[in-house]
Amino acid sequence: MKITPTNFFMVSALAVCLLSDTAEGADSKVDFAREVRPILSEHCFPCHGPNDESRKAGLRLVEFESATAELESGFSAIVPGSRDRSEMWQRITDPEDPMPPAKERNELSAEQVELLGRWIEEGANYAPHWAYVAPVATAIPSRVDADWPVTDIDHFILERLRHEGLQPAADADQVTLFRRLNYDVTGLPPSTEALDAFLADVGEDSYARAVNRLLASPHFGERLASAWLDLVRYADTVGYHGDQEHRVWPYRDWVISAFNSNMPFDRFTIEQLAGDLLENPDQGQLIATCYNRLIQTSHEGGLQLKEYRSIYMADRIRNVAEVWMGATLGCAQCHDHKYDPYRMRDFYSFGAFFADIDDEEHIRDPYGGLNTTPTRRSPEMRVMTDEGRTREQQIASEIEATQQLIETAIKELEPLQPQWEQDLSQRITSGEKFQTIWVDDVLDTGGTVSGKWEFVLEDDITPHSGELYRRQSSDKLVQHYTVSTTSKSITVGEGDTLFAWVYLRPDSLPAAVMLQCNTAGDWEHRAVWGGDEIGYGRREKSAPAYQRMGELPPSGQWTRIEVPFEKIGLKPGTVVSGIAFTQFGGTVYWDDCGHENASAAPAAVVEAISILAGDRTEKQRQSLRSFQADQSQQVSTLRAQQASLQQQHAGIEKSLPLTLFTKGLAMPREVRILPRGNWLDESGEVVEPAIPAFLGSLETSHRASRLDLARWLVTVEADGGVGGMTARVFVNRMWALLFGEGLCPSVEDFGGQGRLPTHPELLDHLANEFIASGWDIHELFRKLLLSRTYRQSSMVDPLALELDPQNLFFSHQARYRFPAEMVRDTALIVSGLLVDRLGGPGVKPPQPQHYYRHLNFPPRRYKPDMNQEQWRRGVYVHWQRQFLHPMLLAFDAPVREDCTARRATSNTPLASLVLMNDPVFVEAARGFAQRILVRGLSNDEEAIAFAMREATCRQPKPKEVAVLTSLLVASREYFESNPDEAKLLLAVGSSPIPKSIESTELAAWAEVTRAILNLHETMTRE
Amino acid sequence: MNDQLDQIRAQLERVSRRQFLGSLSLGVGAAALSQWWPEIVGASEGAAFPFASAPKAKRVIFLCMAGGPSHLETFDEKPKLTALDGEPMPESFTKGMPIAQLQGKELKCLGPRTTFQKHGKSGQVISDYLPHISSVADDIAIVRSMVTDEINHDPAHSFMNCGSIIPNRPSMGSWINYGLGSVSENLPGFVVLTSIGGRNPQPIAARQWSSGFLPSKFGGVEFHSAGDPVHYVTNPPGISRDRQEHLVAAIRDLNRMRASETHDPEIDSRISQYELAFRMQMSIPDLMDISDESPETLQMYGAVPGDGTFASNCLLARRLAERGVRFIQLYHRGWDHHGGLKQFMKTCCGYCDQPTAALIQDLKQKGMLDDTLIVWGGEFGRTPMSQGGGDDPGRDHHIKGFSMFLAGGGVQGGITHGATDDLGYNAVEDVVHVRDLHATMLHLLGIDHERLSVQYQGLDVKLTGVEKAKVVKEILA
Repeated sequence: MKITPTNFFMVSALAVCLLSDTAEGADSKVDFAREVRPILSEHCFPCHGPNDESRKAGLRLVEFESATAELESGFSAIVPGSRDRSEMWQRITDPEDPMPPAKERNELSAEQVELLGRWIEEGANYAPHWAYVAPVATAIPSRVDADWPVTDIDHFILERLRHEGLQPAADADQVTLFRRLNYDVTGLPPSTEALDAFLADVGEDSYARAVNRLLASPHFGERLASAWLDLVRYADTVGYHGDQEHRVWPYRDWVISAFNSNMPFDRFTIEQLAGDLLENPDQGQLIATCYNRLIQTSHEGGLQLKEYRSIYMADRIRNVAEVWMGATLGCAQCHDHKYDPYRMRDFYSFGAFFADIDDEEHIRDPYGGLNTTPTRRSPEMRVMTDEGRTREQQIASEIEATQQLIETAIKELEPLQPQWEQDLSQRITSGEKFQTIWVDDVLDTGGTVSGKWEFVLEDDITPHSGELYRRQSSDKLVQHYTVSTTSKSITVGEGDTLFAWVYLRPDSLPAAVMLQCNTAGDWEHRAVWGGDEIGYGRREKSAPAYQRMGELPPSGQWTRIEVPFEKIGLKPGTVVSGIAFTQFGGTVYWDDCGHENASAAPAAVVEAISILAGDRTEKQRQSLRSFQADQSQQVSTLRAQQASLQQQHAGIEKSLPLTLFTKGLAMPREVRILPRGNWLDESGEVVEPAIPAFLGSLETSHRASRLDLARWLVTVEADGGVGGMTARVFVNRMWALLFGEGLCPSVEDFGGQGRLPTHPELLDHLANEFIASGWDIHELFRKLLLSRTYRQSSMVDPLALELDPQNLFFSHQARYRFPAEMVRDTALIVSGLLVDRLGGPGVKPPQPQHYYRHLNFPPRRYKPDMNQEQWRRGVYVHWQRQFLHPMLLAFDAPVREDCTARRATSNTPLASLVLMNDPVFVEAARGFAQRILVRGLSNDEEAIAFAMREATCRQPKPKEVAVLTSLLVASREYFESNPDEAKLLLAVGSSPIPKSIESTELAAWAEVTRAILNLHETMTRE
Repeated sequence: MNDQLDQIRAQLERVSRRQFLGSLSLGVGAAALSQWWPEIVGASEGAAFPFASAPKAKRVIFLCMAGGPSHLETFDEKPKLTALDGEPMPESFTKGMPIAQLQGKELKCLGPRTTFQKHGKSGQVISDYLPHISSVADDIAIVRSMVTDEINHDPAHSFMNCGSIIPNRPSMGSWINYGLGSVSENLPGFVVLTSIGGRNPQPIAARQWSSGFLPSKFGGVEFHSAGDPVHYVTNPPGISRDRQEHLVAAIRDLNRMRASETHDPEIDSRISQYELAFRMQMSIPDLMDISDESPETLQMYGAVPGDGTFASNCLLARRLAERGVRFIQLYHRGWDHHGGLKQFMKTCCGYCDQPTAALIQDLKQKGMLDDTLIVWGGEFGRTPMSQGGGDDPGRDHHIKGFSMFLAGGGVQGGITHGATDDLGYNAVEDVVHVRDLHATMLHLLGIDHERLSVQYQGLDVKLTGVEKAKVVKEILA
């Protein structure tokens, strides 16, 4: 890949000079990027911006050349150096009708007007937007007089604080700091033991060691995954219409594992966007490409293929641009971007990168049996798990061992052959018959099968043959068949019979049962016992295609139903390669089924045995040997064992989880520019994959691919990519996770309508260091966490509030309510319920009944996990896009229809209701109370102190203890006089209660723990 | 000392306000902001929209007939279609048009499955399937020339509710609460109720009442007729009202102690939200229990307390309206009549006709119809072409012309606006796009749709979208 940078990279140095020239007071020069561009963008670009369609008067104020060009009117909007000669100045200061026009209600303030005037006077310098230039190395500001800074970061921060007349806050106390660190890195509170150990550790680097320890914890991956999954809008369901589940959780686990193994961010990027295009991709790299499949999809009946194709493409464009570029490229779907240099053409060219993703089966054939949940979203792949791998190897070796035994057993038959032949001849002469079994304890026929073959052993019914039989049950027509049987087809002989052993349950009788054969694709061979309820092939008179065999067999016992092949139209010599078992209603157990030969051996054997041993052809010898083996009890037993193993082996594959992944099409779909975004309009030009034109172009020998795009995103600017910009977007988001605000506050939008970075040099510095470290995410976290800026207290002083109400300059740490997952995890861990295990399918904690009643295709019933799974961490909770778990929703978890770069933090009564009344939290409160009581602390005060410390890490104050004690006392009184109410409260949830605990006491303490779990402090990061 | 504390608190409030803005990167007009801000921190004062013209309606009840009822069997009589029953649909109508489930099928006309009469003084033409709505013909304005952009249910609902199919857009109930504020002390400003019955019920995503990128407090809250009326509004088993009250008091006391140390204004807000939650626990069960209504009223609606029908929901809508809920949305999900049109029209009208009329009459009797805007309709209409065979075929999705009606809240009763062509395919006269409906609704609420705009991800997002929308002046009173 060779990339041609456009000239804007060349001017990046200038841009940075301008950017770093911040807030130097009124006598310094006006800063275009910081001061002028936002005004132009807000007030002028709606009519004089990059968008061609909305442009008025032909004026384009986007760059120097167009802003100073002569207009149709003969004037120039801007004459550098002279505001009076600039038409723009005349118009914005027009006393009668100043620009922007009054009807836009978007007027400029006097300060803004003056600023524009000064800017024109100073030469109307333009600079490229800060986010479109490579990060530049800046010297670390250092003040000799400062002893506050600990790391590079602190120098940048202190420099700016001084500039703003601010002071850094005091260091946070150790307890707050340790609690904050634990939540920020792992999403969980520290255990009391870990906290005590930290407080007791007076070693100089105790904090640094704590940071390293926590970064090495597998919980780091879980914590960071929550944020990443928001960005890539990961969810367990398709999102549109029926909102069925789709299979994607292996991707979530891949993300967690990538963060835990510290996968470099460049590789992390490439594998998600284009892992399938790497040479010999391994399983992980293919799972990573599930990223491309996380879009919302639909198979609603009557959908329009081209419409959804366009919806899917736009979804991908929006997400890649926002996740990696901090860009709102999605705005250019219907028109050129109004504020940023993205053209409609860029939107569609960008989309063309994804036109090779094979994902249309469900929109091409929406009626193809997709109304199930999980639904199918081809292509899907099986994911080999560690357990699966071990099991597969074990069974494969057992199959091999059994094969050896079979061969040995057959060899041992050789000396017995003469005697065996003698016996067989006698049996043939005496007119004996013999059977071959088609299906018995396992389904080992090969070929195609339909229905779920349920081999069971019920308590009250012993098998007719072998160890199991098959249960077939329904309230209407039900059929199971096996056809194109690769290993068990049979050849019909003269007078042969088809039979099956059945057991009809007396309490659940079928109306009819049927045996049916297939030969060369023809199923018109049926024998029916009982009534005419089975509709398949039914006709008025019995015929081979629907042969009535009379009454149902007797129930409550094993009965052999049989029919001569002749009677269902199968002549001698016909090869039968399929059989179907059909019944109407009831429960029938089907045991051994097969073919009874009219003679004691097949015709070929009868023929061979009549020839003298020495005169037999090889074929004849072979047929005798093979029949002898078939008849050997020992060989049959071994073969049955082997078949069962083979079935288990095949079952492993089927039991492996499926995941969506990206499979490239050989012929990518054609992508056209859709005028006004209208998918019905096919008049637009066809485009090839390309990066946004103002950022250059990819020079490739082939059609540019997702892999080229991914590499471009993580290739540094010096080598023709935009890696520095990508790093800036990511670093900024990680900063925001740990400091409450980004260094650029608009973490989602680095475009013209976003906000300017408050610390552009620091942001660039961190981006550059991130790249230099090899995109090392752990190292980035370490750097941020070790800074003194991070370790500040979150208490604020009035001066800081006055000067920097939003804390954009980081003169203290941030306080905010935890994200939903941490609220949940906190309750689970302090209650002792948390089941701490990594990965696996989404888990389903209890939720209100009927919550899914609006879902259809198919109708949904939520089946909460009743086992340990219900107490897993929030990151694993089943993410239903249309009906997200009410607890997650109440605490602002996004439904993940679209990229979420920062969650809102609401404060609503619905959230209060969850914490007070959701059974999950009531059970957690009870579990928490149990933990308190089993400690057997000597008095209530001590127990309350223990509980407060578990939830908040700190010791309670006496007045706080008093409030909780009074709640405890009143609750005790209440439950002692209402013991049944206590039992009701304790019955919430399914976790066990130790017998030693007295129920009224436990209920009373559960009230105390409910209060503690509801405290603002318990759910707040400080 | 106290002065200083107050000062800190005031400053912190400013901080959170701006943080909130920053976090959404909303560039809302400052005026709008200052108006609704007080509300965000807990006060439930109504916020007047700064650019409001004299509002006619104070609230909206949107009766959403999910699935898309046939206009050809409700409000749009087409004798010509009767004449062509069973004949091929003229290709001039359908060529190049988006078609849903009839893609690649033979297209045949299906004459109306019912007859129509003139009703009221106004002589409005309404089908025999709707005898009760017919009885209020003089109170409703029928729009026969609706068009939408989306031909499948899910996107069409999004389009009807949010004006866009792009994810994360606020639905109109959220927009309106955002613009006007809530006036209820104990209830959310946007409430959703659903009922079933009819052909295979439409899935309805919670996205349809989502606040999108607006703060979640503006989102719709679903009230349920079975189980807890609002999730987790009932005390845990074994917990009496007094116990819960004590719990809330203890939480409040502890939170206050913490607030006095940290000066975090978010804690004050938390305290007030717990108090509001507790008030909701007290008020919502009463609200949802309609057994205190008179037998006459219950009969008028056809409602049986606790039955969860559309009738009960209509009655609840009135109770919610009385208690100050700004936007009430009712879904009936049975209107997707691809087959069995006659059968299911009978079923759905059986569920919806009487309660709808009762709601209009009831509000009128109570003097509330004048400031309550009622909107009735589906996400689209149905094809003049038949779908499926047999005795009772159906109709497919149709977006080029369909009917809705509006009543009350500044709407002129007894008029019919717009028309489709002879076969009911294309809206041809006074076409009303979904965005025009939105503009009109906002106008009736006193809001200029051009001004109700929020900057989000580089765009000035409006309920009415990018294309020009117009207020349908002809139906205004």
